[in-house]
Amino acid sequence: MTTDNPPVATRRRRRGVDRTPWGTYALLAVFMVIFLFPVYYLFVGSFESPSQTLDGLRAAIPSSLTLANYHSLSQTFFSSTITGSLRGFYTVSTLVSALVVAGGLIVNSLAGYALARMQFRGRRFLLLLVIVLVIIPFEAIAVPLYYMLNGLRNTLIVQALPFVGSAFSIYLFYTFFLNLPPQLEEAARIDGAGPWRTFVQIILPNAKPAFASVAILSFIQIWSSYLWPLMMTSQPNVYPLSIAIGNLIKQQSTPNYGEMFAFGVLLVVPMAVFFVVFQRWFIRSVASLGVKG
Amino acid sequence: MSEIVLRHVSKTYDNGYHAIHDVDLTVREGEFMVVVGPSGCGKSTLLRMVAGLESISDGEVLIGGHVVNDFTPGERDLAMVFQNYALYPHMTVEKNIAYSLKLRKFPKSEIDRRVREAAEILSLTEYLGQRPGRLSGGQRQRVAMGRAIVREPKAFLMDEPLSNLDAKLRVQMRSEILQIQRRVGVATLYVTHDQVEAMTMGDRVTVLRAGVLQQCDTAQVLYDRPVNVFVASFVGSPSMNLLHATLSDDATRLRVGTQTLDVAGAGPRPRLASYAGREVIVGIRPEDLTLEGPGEVLSGHVGHIEALGSELIVHFGMDARNYVVEDKGGSAEEAEELLEETALTEHVRNVARVGPRSAIATGESISFRVNMERAHFFDATTGESIW
Repeated sequence: MTTDNPPVATRRRRRGVDRTPWGTYALLAVFMVIFLFPVYYLFVGSFESPSQTLDGLRAAIPSSLTLANYHSLSQTFFSSTITGSLRGFYTVSTLVSALVVAGGLIVNSLAGYALARMQFRGRRFLLLLVIVLVIIPFEAIAVPLYYMLNGLRNTLIVQALPFVGSAFSIYLFYTFFLNLPPQLEEAARIDGAGPWRTFVQIILPNAKPAFASVAILSFIQIWSSYLWPLMMTSQPNVYPLSIAIGNLIKQQSTPNYGEMFAFGVLLVVPMAVFFVVFQRWFIRSVASLGVKG
Repeated sequence: MSEIVLRHVSKTYDNGYHAIHDVDLTVREGEFMVVVGPSGCGKSTLLRMVAGLESISDGEVLIGGHVVNDFTPGERDLAMVFQNYALYPHMTVEKNIAYSLKLRKFPKSEIDRRVREAAEILSLTEYLGQRPGRLSGGQRQRVAMGRAIVREPKAFLMDEPLSNLDAKLRVQMRSEILQIQRRVGVATLYVTHDQVEAMTMGDRVTVLRAGVLQQCDTAQVLYDRPVNVFVASFVGSPSMNLLHATLSDDATRLRVGTQTLDVAGAGPRPRLASYAGREVIVGIRPEDLTLEGPGEVLSGHVGHIEALGSELIVHFGMDARNYVVEDKGGSAEEAEELLEETALTEHVRNVARVGPRSAIATGESISFRVNMERAHFFDATTGESIW
């Protein structure tokens, strides 16, 4: 069969539909540079001498790299009694984050599941309360919390406690569970599984994206939290990394930006590692939430 | 004994919505019972009440002779196949099928034996190690069946299990499900909105409308002796032609629009005489209208023709008012209200099935012979059949 009409793909090309959108790419490239440059600068700066670090744009293209900043940083934070040690800061930050992430996953997923699936008196009110709590910033309740938990100052538990239960995490779990087909649970009930077994064996394995999202978001929040540990800690042995870097800045009469950059890298690397480990499910979760509106 | 018995079962939701209204139903041991009705009629709710997934507001459900109203779904010893299969996505086919047995703490050897046996019956052996996401619709359907049969339950419940399949696969799976059910031999309650599926699969078929059981009988009885105009119109495809008509004072002739039909050949209908001089609804199945042969004559004009190869479906209009059954789901109260009627004099609402090579053209006038012996009569007020 012959035809005078060109194939659809050819016609589209002619009209320019399939043309590479260079303008969009250029715009995206500009945004990428704006967002990535500070991170690049942080990493590169941490391997430069203090004088180089502040050498304007030239600092972005280093002539030589050195580990001196990391070395001096480890010297500064070697003693665990007076200044605290880097290992100690890492241990505190890791333990507090682990408590918040693990505890948060358990508590918030159960709360989200109950709100999404169970019928009980006051459910709607509780859901409304969760939504309202999402918009209240932590700073607004920091002072009342300080007085409530004053007896636990300079402990690990007090650094984690206010962040375990999170309205945002509950809401994230709630929306995820709402979109899981209820027939899965019904099939499990008919198969003979009780509510706990259904949650652990059926719901939980299918909610990995939600768990990954909550884990990443709460880890980032707690790992970089500053105000609360600043209020609740005054001893180096319970300082998390964020307080330690703050103290470093305060201690130096002349700011050593090389050291600050190096400390910044040490603070950021665990977050990046955590994100890389969970990003597969995190991205899937964000994508699925996008589709479902 | 593994009968399913429903005694005066009702369901009222907290908001007052009356979904199921005093249903009495028995699914005998080994019987394949299909519940059919339009969307929203309460058929899935009824099934879920038997499964224990919905509470029972009133009445009793008995399985194997025991009242199970207060039993959890797991304690009822039923197996259910869902519309979307509800396979556990994170488990392999083997684990999906074995899950209920594991929960019941069957020995591993027994679980393996049953799973292999079910997989063999359902031709799933080579897929046992795969996850449901990698299977086709038909294969998923088989896994759902496997999960049901492996338990050797007291009864099967199936909630529109074929509605997600394409037409060809649906026909194939119909016979597969029937074969499996015959092999296992347990009472089965099967819900569908597809009346063809209901008629072809059910040992008996229950027609439900707005939560009210209309009729429960074999497919042939539903087709030949529907208890009311709703069942008459719901069962059969294309639907029965329903027309407003008036019986003569001596109950021998029927006036349909401007035309008159002799009802002498309508067979023994003792109650018809009591409708002398009154309005009735006359129902004629599409295959009871022929182009030749004996019978009363009914004329109209051809609207359009569907050529199916084996037959022609002729849509034609008449100068008579059609009776339209409101088949949408609604409350039980609505179901008890009078069936709505709509004047559609000029619309092409009647259907006849004629031979594939009949010489008919769109827009032409047409005369059909009516097999009055097979005609149906309904009370114009209550919609009940007149026999």
